[in-house]
Amino acid sequence: MHMTTRKRKRKRVVTPLHHPGTCIEPRNIQVGGNYLHTPPPSQRHLPKRLQPAMLALRSAGLRASIHCFRLTASSRLLSTLAILEHRQGKWNANSLSALTAATQLGSGVTAFIAGSDAAKMGAEAAKFKGVEKVLTVENEEYDKGLPENFAPLVVENVKEGGFTHVIAAHTAFGKNTMPRVAALLDVGQVSDIVGVESEDTFRRPIYAGNAIATIKSLDSFKVITVRPSAFDPAGPPAESNAAPIESGKDPKTTSQTAWVSEQISTSARPDLGSAARVVSGGRGLKDKENFDKVITPLADALGAAIGASRAAVDAGYADNALQVGQTGKIVAPELYVAVGISGAIQHLAGMKDSKTIVAINKDADAPIFQVADIGLVGDLFTTVPELTEKIKQ
Amino acid sequence: MSQKLRILTPVKRVLDYALKPRVNKTQTAVDIAGMKQSLNPFDEIAVEEAIRLREKHKDRVEDILAASIGPVKAQDCLRTAMAMGADRSAHIEVPESEAPEPLAVAKILKALVEKEGSNVVILGKQAIDDDSQQTGQMLAGLLGWSQATCAAEVKVEGDEILVTREVDGGTETVKAQLPIIITTDLRLNEPRFATLPNIMKAKKKPMQKLKPSDLNVEYKKSFELLKVQEPPTRQGGAKVGSVDEVVAKLKEAGVI
Repeated sequence: MHMTTRKRKRKRVVTPLHHPGTCIEPRNIQVGGNYLHTPPPSQRHLPKRLQPAMLALRSAGLRASIHCFRLTASSRLLSTLAILEHRQGKWNANSLSALTAATQLGSGVTAFIAGSDAAKMGAEAAKFKGVEKVLTVENEEYDKGLPENFAPLVVENVKEGGFTHVIAAHTAFGKNTMPRVAALLDVGQVSDIVGVESEDTFRRPIYAGNAIATIKSLDSFKVITVRPSAFDPAGPPAESNAAPIESGKDPKTTSQTAWVSEQISTSARPDLGSAARVVSGGRGLKDKENFDKVITPLADALGAAIGASRAAVDAGYADNALQVGQTGKIVAPELYVAVGISGAIQHLAGMKDSKTIVAINKDADAPIFQVADIGLVGDLFTTVPELTEKIKQ
Repeated sequence: MSQKLRILTPVKRVLDYALKPRVNKTQTAVDIAGMKQSLNPFDEIAVEEAIRLREKHKDRVEDILAASIGPVKAQDCLRTAMAMGADRSAHIEVPESEAPEPLAVAKILKALVEKEGSNVVILGKQAIDDDSQQTGQMLAGLLGWSQATCAAEVKVEGDEILVTREVDGGTETVKAQLPIIITTDLRLNEPRFATLPNIMKAKKKPMQKLKPSDLNVEYKKSFELLKVQEPPTRQGGAKVGSVDEVVAKLKEAGVI
């Protein structure tokens, strides 16, 4: 009974992507109402170590088992599509962390680049370590990363290339677009991973980083976003690597949402998300003037990015984009200096993986001192300028 | 005449944001039994935004429906939402042990949207327990609607909705027409407190009680939770007495 129903079900599988003659039975996986073939033709062979087992099963006439076996086997033939972000000819350093995480999956990695600079960026991406292939889609419609057309673009290329994993960084773009990709593929998404255990098992923080969950994905496709601070960005392009570059599919879906304008604060400072040093100010600074007067010189002396607690952002001392915490930026620099920040759990969620934490606060009981490597109890208005002077020397 | 807005605001009951979660001894879950649970802060902002839209555009907003998926206790959150100003609510009961994943929640919400004829869904950008940041985007994908996540400002101008979004490094503004999915960021608004008279009135507001099967929704599990661990603890607490010692320690650590 069971076997016949299964057979009948599979007979109904028809796919435009199926290549006749390349395999005895169609190997299709249903995704969101569409049928995909995985893996791509070049990878349609079982790993050698599995072949004796296959023969044994076949001789025993266990066709149903073979079917199950094949699905398991094909899911092992991994290939990952890593989406890289770029802007005006420059990589988004955070998105390059996705490439590092992708290489840890132990699969072939294809870098995916879309937008008006795709050809130029693709040529550079071909030199990144671990990249086996580059797919580019040159079309300015994708420059703004609007999920309404970017998600169908990713889905189309996942299907076409028979990818098992799609990975992007947990950046504003990744957070916005990847869940839409997952929904279109009818699979769950693993958000903001901090560790790769295996091809289907990942570690991710929950409850503002107060617990780390290890989860196993049961879906046929894995859609993943990566916490940039947990993976080093892929190194600078090496001349030795030269992956082939191909044009990806462009479904040319139009976005019903239009991009109007943006206000991005530009500064010569290192980017908060990827800076090696961060100086953050909190409510203790009392007003914006003090924030600028106390925090900026220290950040300058250290060559650091400037961050802020939610209290400081809400009170208008610093720009929203500088907020460090569960709902702001998550950073893990070499050095994090927290000035006038009490250390609420939401703030700690954004910085407690920093290598060295320095806290300056007049309240000796402030929770920030429980995580600080170096704590100084004192008035920030006198200690911070003194510290700035001494660092300069 | 511009199209009327029928707003849906899904809300989630989560461990209160001020409490520190503890991992249980068997490392299978975060132990929240007996701890205070409240409306997810981002969802509170979503409900507030729906009410403000009505205050700003009196004739445009036809209905504000709050919905929650979860155990019976989730009804507390719906009462809170109605006390803030939602017209009515829908509770989709799912036992606590079967907490649905974001994709499943999105599928249930899709069915609810279709049943209720909603054309604006305002959700929180993330729930502070699983920190997934997925549901709104998934719902938009399933419905094929416009999405504007991490909203810092929402403006309705005729048939157009303009949303200013918080993005890395600043903000961007996008424009769309109905129907639309909006997710809220912290700075969208300051949620109001429910006053006692409004809490009393909310008790009389209608609450539909449904099960996923009533909406003909089927969903599968995408994940298996293998383990929950405490994060590595830091050796903090080393206080020093002067700026000189700070500098010396930084030098010792090789940071400067």
